[in-house]
Amino acid sequence: MSTPYYVSPEQIRQDKEDFVSRGITQAKEVVVLEYRDGLLMVAENPRKTTFKISEIYDRIALAAAGRIAEYEILRVVGIRESEIKGFRYYREDVTAKWLTNLYSQHMGAVAQAWDAKPLEIELLVCELGAPDAPANSELQNNRIYHIAFDGIYSEEERYAVIGGRAAEITGILEQRYADGLEMAAALRLVTETFRTIEADAGDDYEITPQTIEVACLERTAERRKFKRLSTDEVTTLLDS
Amino acid sequence: MLDLSDYGTSDFFQILKRRHPELLATLNSSDVVSSGQVTEASFRPYEGTTVLAVVYNAGVVMAGDRQATEGYQVGERRIQKIYPVDRHSAIAVAGAAGPCIEMAKLFQVEVEFYEKTEGVSLSLEGQANFLSHLVRSNLGLAMQGLIVLPLFAGYDLKQQRGRIFKYDAIGGRYEENDYYAIGSGGKDARTTLKKRYTPEINRQDALAIVAEAIWDAADEDIATGGPDLIRKIFPTLYTVTEEGVVEVPETTVEELYRELISRL
Repeated sequence: MSTPYYVSPEQIRQDKEDFVSRGITQAKEVVVLEYRDGLLMVAENPRKTTFKISEIYDRIALAAAGRIAEYEILRVVGIRESEIKGFRYYREDVTAKWLTNLYSQHMGAVAQAWDAKPLEIELLVCELGAPDAPANSELQNNRIYHIAFDGIYSEEERYAVIGGRAAEITGILEQRYADGLEMAAALRLVTETFRTIEADAGDDYEITPQTIEVACLERTAERRKFKRLSTDEVTTLLDS
Repeated sequence: MLDLSDYGTSDFFQILKRRHPELLATLNSSDVVSSGQVTEASFRPYEGTTVLAVVYNAGVVMAGDRQATEGYQVGERRIQKIYPVDRHSAIAVAGAAGPCIEMAKLFQVEVEFYEKTEGVSLSLEGQANFLSHLVRSNLGLAMQGLIVLPLFAGYDLKQQRGRIFKYDAIGGRYEENDYYAIGSGGKDARTTLKKRYTPEINRQDALAIVAEAIWDAADEDIATGGPDLIRKIFPTLYTVTEEGVVEVPETTVEELYRELISRL
């Protein structure tokens, strides 16, 4: 009988982190930022039906960087749990904070399981403030939660970035982001940031309306605030 | 860890049945109320209704009265009987109010759940078929008098026209080409529609005959509420077209009725 190796908990954690970060550093970025009428989400994604940003519930959207298949499961399960909660109680009772905890617990449990590989994804759970809440109420505020592969999450303000070059993009946004941007201006800010990053990387990868995925949570919409923008709509916004 | 076992199904009803049967008290009913316990003497559900749908040249108009009846009493004056389902369909319900509202709500969530998980809308035909299944699930309660009968209508994006589907108690699904009305006042409303309907009718005329049909149903059927000019309660009217499901503003409905009354 062979003696099992001793591996320290720190070492296990470090191994898992190294394993995931190899995948995440290659993942294309997703940016979410507040604009005048809500939250705008933009991803580098030339594909037409496999999305990185999607609708979860009335005021909640989910964005991911990393393995699309792993994200897809969490997306569907998030919709399922939200609809069950909304059906049981009331639609307003489904919140981004609750959903973030749900994801966080799951991702944390997977990351800690000795026989499972951690999920190679990072998530942004985005929630539009309730437009009909009393003025100055906390409920008016937008919420952005960033969940790392191991379930550790943080609350972000105004904008958040996930993906391989998140730090660089955050650096650019820190300088150029302004409150109250219109949608077109916010979108141009993101596409220009993507361009800068791609140019720095020496890639001749072009950022065009065809190579990005754009969606928003719009304050003025009816109950379902999520809207995916078509390539035509993106072109119009970028040209305006 | 989250339960990922039913990842892959887009059927919310199925998920609830398996994971949360307690949330489907009435629609999963055969074992909830044993046969014979619900009698007219012991329990009177809110019921009595006129709801209808009329195909017009841009889509379909749906309408319903606002009254819920409890035996010979008015149970509720402002009840809603028409519910938008997705951007191009709406459901009207007749029967016992509790199970009716539950079915409409569940149906709406089902269709939206499908759309969000699959990324495309469930086709109108698919929605109509699924509703059959929901009606059939209610058979146990229907046998005890708590029947739910929906009228389903929508704008078919492929065929570019309004379509109406009616159902029987065991889930049979039948398409109507021009108009249909159900509920205790349904027959009276259909008589009016039969006389007044013309194919390719425009929106304005369609709204007028719909208002008149509900008026006639309320005139003949004690369980159907007509326009209440004192409390300002009017039947609800919706149009379903390529542009979406839109409720006709109350002021427009009031005008329709003032105009109708001036002609009587």
